[in-house]
Amino acid sequence: MERPGPGSVIDGFTLGERLRAGGMATLWHATHPDHPEPLVLKIPVLDPGADVSAIIGYETEVRIHKRLTGPHVPRFVASGDLARIPYVAMTFVAGESLADRIDRAPLPVADVQRIGMAIAAALADLHRQKVVHLDLKPDNVILAGDVAVLLDFGLASHSELPDLLGEESTEPMGTAAYMAPEQVLGERSDPASDLFALGCLLHQMASGEEPFGRPKTVPGMKRRLYHAAKPLRALDAKAPAWLEAIISRCLEVDRGRRYAEASKLAFDLRHPEQVSVTRQRRTAQERSLGRRLLDLFQKRDAAEATGVPTVTRRRAGPSLVLAAVDLSAGPDALAAAILAETGRLLMARPDSSLACLTVLKTDIIGETRTVDAEGRSLYIGRLVALKDWARPLHLPEDRISYHVVEAVSAADAILRYAEHNDIDHVVLGARSSSAVRRHLGSVSTKVVAEALCSVCVVRVKSGGEP
Amino acid sequence: MRIAILSDIHANREAFDAVLATARRLAPDLVVLLGDIVGYGPDPGYCVDKARELVAAGALCVRGNHDEAAVSGPSGMTPNAHEAALWTREQLTPEQKAFLARQPLIQERDGALFVHASARDPGAWHYVRDLAGAAACLAATQAGTIVCGHTHLPTIFYARDGREPVAFIPLRDVPAPMSAAHRHVVVAGAVGQPRDGDPAACLALLDTHLREVTMMRVPYDTQQTARKIKAAGLPDWLGLRLQIGR
Repeated sequence: MERPGPGSVIDGFTLGERLRAGGMATLWHATHPDHPEPLVLKIPVLDPGADVSAIIGYETEVRIHKRLTGPHVPRFVASGDLARIPYVAMTFVAGESLADRIDRAPLPVADVQRIGMAIAAALADLHRQKVVHLDLKPDNVILAGDVAVLLDFGLASHSELPDLLGEESTEPMGTAAYMAPEQVLGERSDPASDLFALGCLLHQMASGEEPFGRPKTVPGMKRRLYHAAKPLRALDAKAPAWLEAIISRCLEVDRGRRYAEASKLAFDLRHPEQVSVTRQRRTAQERSLGRRLLDLFQKRDAAEATGVPTVTRRRAGPSLVLAAVDLSAGPDALAAAILAETGRLLMARPDSSLACLTVLKTDIIGETRTVDAEGRSLYIGRLVALKDWARPLHLPEDRISYHVVEAVSAADAILRYAEHNDIDHVVLGARSSSAVRRHLGSVSTKVVAEALCSVCVVRVKSGGEP
Repeated sequence: MRIAILSDIHANREAFDAVLATARRLAPDLVVLLGDIVGYGPDPGYCVDKARELVAAGALCVRGNHDEAAVSGPSGMTPNAHEAALWTREQLTPEQKAFLARQPLIQERDGALFVHASARDPGAWHYVRDLAGAAACLAATQAGTIVCGHTHLPTIFYARDGREPVAFIPLRDVPAPMSAAHRHVVVAGAVGQPRDGDPAACLALLDTHLREVTMMRVPYDTQQTARKIKAAGLPDWLGLRLQIGR
């Protein structure tokens, strides 16, 4: 086939200007009479005699991209027949490449936080669709407003498909600066690998430095198994402790200590005040000489260092649980029942976390009271009550957060909170029926009907009371 | 072309009927009976008659080792299989035996080769259950896709010249892709005696246009078949294993 150029027509797609060329493919603006929106055609470089791996890579990309949907990936439009002309046609994503933005790093903390949340939300969506990206880097992220769009699934893996690409090479596949330690060792199935890469991006956005440099050799890449990156605040003393804590939890070599879920990472970025900053990595100076000598001579087995794949944690139960409790009349039997149910749910998964929420009702009209009869703040009072309610769970502070929300409608407040924070499971109570409730509809009915996640409604058995 | 592959029916009427109902719903272009229509199970006559109807309607059929044992007597089988083969032999009519005896060991259609055990010396009934078995099977033919059964363990082997094949265990009801850069050995799961821990009957659907193969699983009343096995005086284990899929 002749070389594609502007004006070339491939299966009805007319090529426009060339976007950029990678080593493996050329990218072109394109149009098609059946598709009104602007498109991009990605044409892999598969010259005669091309490495078979390149064909397998192309097949993998098509197979995975065509299964993906949603706002965080370019919409897959079509792919070309491998025997004639291979290509992937997708929608063009307008926005700023993270590669351009990160050139200006260090970025303001608020930007790091906002971009990090957007990428974490995109990864959560990708991981829910059973795909691990495995090549998250600035070039592969487009920032379109508040939404991050992920590009290039050429190295991705899908948990329900054979990983033929992974079988092609024993060398690590990915980008040296961002590759997770287990990926350096050849493992290609853990979504937590993408969270490691996001940790590298956060670090780079905040400090301007790639945490592990750009090693060119495999031994160079393996250094990250044994040598932690410099903590963020060693590079910038003014960086917030919570951001350093989040980044170091992303960059944990042992996956048992790393985030297992992009939604939890997004949650922490959204609620920095709730991030526990007590986890501290001891620096080399603080470790004893003996310990350091031992580390030097007795390198732990590499596979052991990267720990157990996070899949077992994700399967155990929901990661983010929201318990909504009504404490307006003080703790009661229903609040206790919600607490018991929440405790059972959290027990299923040791790394789950709980967001406790209570709604402070405000009036639509007129002045809303902010203090009680004795002049004490209602908000503070409710926060104290909420913490007191959750205390019997004895959760460590990095597993629990407290939210007193002022709202006219409790149901709307719960729904909004659950959606914004990508909650996996809501627990809330329902009171036994009353005439008013039958008339107006209850909070639980509305939450059950409209929530995007599982909802558990707790009732106190009435036992035949009048 | 969409091909429904039914392997290792093993005289299990309930499983066979359940899978055929699914196959009717799928309306495939071709049905392939991949051998071992009889053996182990309590309804050999019924299953052979059904197979004859399907073949008369255009289905392809190949002979399996249990089909052969029911005709010529068992040799080299496990004690349970041996006992069941002797019993099966007594149940079948001469016409039914003649049908089994005249099935070929290999059939080909659309570049795919269908064989009960392995393309390597098909009458020797080698198992394709590991990389070496798959490599030997692939070396015996030029076919791009070989479809076999015999192990009762659904697996797909992806092979490239000069490399060890890659094994993949397809998930229940999830289409597994075929690759343009590879040759494939598709090992279909068993209709009548699954051994991969999933007691549901297996039907393999091969779509040569979409280049996908799906191991579809169809639950059926395993207890009913187990009761019949007991009533026929066949070894108890043959009924028990249907309920645990081992």
